[in-house]
Amino acid sequence: MFYNEMFEGSEVRAPYAMLSDWVDTMPADMRQMKQAEAEALFRRIGITFAVYGEGGDPDRLIPFDMMPRVFLQGEWRRLERGIKQRARALNAFLRDVYSRGEIIRAGRIPARLVYQNAAYEKAVVGFVPPRGVFSHIVGIDIVRTGRDDFHVLEDNCRTPSGVSYMLENREIMMRMFPALFRNNRIEPVDQYPEILRRTLASVAPAKCADEPTVVILTPGHFNSAYYEHSFLANLMGVELVEGNDLFVDAGLVYMRTTEGPKRVDVIYRRIDDPFLDPLCFRKDSMLGVPGLMDVYRSGGVAIASAPGAGVADDKAVYTYVPEMIRFYLGEEPLLQNVPTWTLWKEDDYKYVMANLADLVVKEVHGSGGYGMLIGPKASKDEIARFADLIRANPDNYIAQPTLALSTSPTFVAEGVAPRHVDLRPFCLCGDRLELVPGGLTRVALREGSLVVNSSQGGGVKDTWVLSE
Amino acid sequence: MKLKILHETSYSYDAPIEALAQSLRLTPSVHEGQRVGEWRISVSGGQRGAGFRDGAGDWVEGWTVRGPIDKVVVTIQGLIETRDTAGVLRGHRETINPLVYMRSTPATRSNDALQALAHSVKGEDGLDLAHELSAAVHGAIAYVPGATEVWTSAAEALALGQGVCQDHAHALIACARARGLPARYVSGYLHSNLDGTPHDAAHAWAEIHVGTLGWVGFDAANACCPDDRYIRLGSGYDAPDAAPVRGMAFGPSRESLDVRVHVEEIQQ
Repeated sequence: MFYNEMFEGSEVRAPYAMLSDWVDTMPADMRQMKQAEAEALFRRIGITFAVYGEGGDPDRLIPFDMMPRVFLQGEWRRLERGIKQRARALNAFLRDVYSRGEIIRAGRIPARLVYQNAAYEKAVVGFVPPRGVFSHIVGIDIVRTGRDDFHVLEDNCRTPSGVSYMLENREIMMRMFPALFRNNRIEPVDQYPEILRRTLASVAPAKCADEPTVVILTPGHFNSAYYEHSFLANLMGVELVEGNDLFVDAGLVYMRTTEGPKRVDVIYRRIDDPFLDPLCFRKDSMLGVPGLMDVYRSGGVAIASAPGAGVADDKAVYTYVPEMIRFYLGEEPLLQNVPTWTLWKEDDYKYVMANLADLVVKEVHGSGGYGMLIGPKASKDEIARFADLIRANPDNYIAQPTLALSTSPTFVAEGVAPRHVDLRPFCLCGDRLELVPGGLTRVALREGSLVVNSSQGGGVKDTWVLSE
Repeated sequence: MKLKILHETSYSYDAPIEALAQSLRLTPSVHEGQRVGEWRISVSGGQRGAGFRDGAGDWVEGWTVRGPIDKVVVTIQGLIETRDTAGVLRGHRETINPLVYMRSTPATRSNDALQALAHSVKGEDGLDLAHELSAAVHGAIAYVPGATEVWTSAAEALALGQGVCQDHAHALIACARARGLPARYVSGYLHSNLDGTPHDAAHAWAEIHVGTLGWVGFDAANACCPDDRYIRLGSGYDAPDAAPVRGMAFGPSRESLDVRVHVEEIQQ
């Protein structure tokens, strides 16, 4: 019932053929040695942050599985078209709901879900960011359920993290197994930082006359994704700044440098909306830049992603993405949504409450695998308790069937065994849409587990796309 | 009514500050009830950033002051002609959907008492209901200056039964939202020294969105709808969000504030 990405019947599928040989000929002690080497490398680099804001121990090392996950060129091209289509529709939606709201007037999505959404930002209404792009880095979580069946689990339009794992996993695999990369045609991913820099530079505001100055704005070293912030700044060759490194003067944003103030044109912010500017959002924010939003709204600086971009990616709005694709692009969705019951609809509510034991129920604004019920794995008590939570606030929940996540071969104590995986590719949106061939594959390391979150026994893998 | 406004705010610091950043919403709204003759905003020692009109229709200006400086004066001088539109905000260009103003904030959060007050009245339609709610809030909170603080919430003011215009506006907003009507906080000036004695002319009231009429102002503190004595500046979810001045000084100094607001009628 689960799609095994390595085997079709007893035959090894083409993408995994050479890996099958590689594993078969690898001596057992070599494998242990390499695994220890990989761990040491990760520790040395210091990449120990929690993925996707899951919280938990920031110094925890996320387990790395040396067995890559492989896509054929044809599979990837199909995925790529679907991902770009989705990123285009999500940005069209954001442009629309921050101006005339045509999709709402047309009755294709309920007004309440948008305008009463906590992520909808009134300060951005009527403002069109450069090139009309609101979400510049769209992370789309995808699961595979069959040879040709891919489903989108979740969209991330704010500041999706995890791309440093994509880059590091590749880097470490290449260092440890150079022959694998010599003998196979694997599409590179290391151009990502340069494409990201170019994407950000392409959305510089009109007021920027010269080569745009791009910076990454981080909340600081105590943030769980700080490693990724400094890693990307380093690879892009841009400054990593905190709020107090920036200031507003006469309608423009500057960064303090040893050579005096330097004008900033594009801010890739890795801090959340409420903390961006104490003069516009939370007054007590010490992380942001006072006056930043006035400069932004008058076209003096670009912010990626735009404040308020989160309204496109919560789990309630998610159910309408296929509708967005039809409405804005006049196309049929290439990637399917997971069938979703929304508990504020009466019929859905009845069905879900009667079938809790078979479903996964999630909070609309939850993330990281918390605040959810996995029916088939829950006890009667747990189900009863969750039912009470739902009854108290049905608006706050959606339900989905338990998904048959595909498996990918994974190193386990006894050798290699199938483990369930998902995928997060990162689509970059600026003057054009770009997607590097790869992404972050997360793997549920426990046998039979469908939870890939690193806080709950998940690990990561290198993701390969084979050239033709 | 032709009105002349002088609004001066002096910020003094016990030690020089390094810099000051401000976001000002101190320019009258453009709508049928008011026409600006001239309007000047100045910030002593300040640099004006770009101004823009936001989605709520408010004119926003970012200002910055370079330090070291220990005193900054923000001055607004203006002439405006107002007209009574019975509180109806007509001809005001804004793009924000009214549903956005259903959002609850700490200052306007509802509780049992506010719910009870909101459901103590009946209205034949939205407008009627809004009038009834405004009257109910007027009856439930007595105008007592000094009884509340700037951070007092609607629930706290109602429990106390006393407050100032900010508290009346917060309570009315909470009640209107409880009855499914979008509501927001409006900051502005009020020409209220008709009796010859000067009053504090900085004022605030609520606007409630009622069906086809759109946004209508209600001043629960004075049990009326804004007329030609009112000058509308800007709006928000609540007082902090609608604040005409939001600023932050850099440096470890302590700030003290002196505000003078003067509105007078010009006789022709």
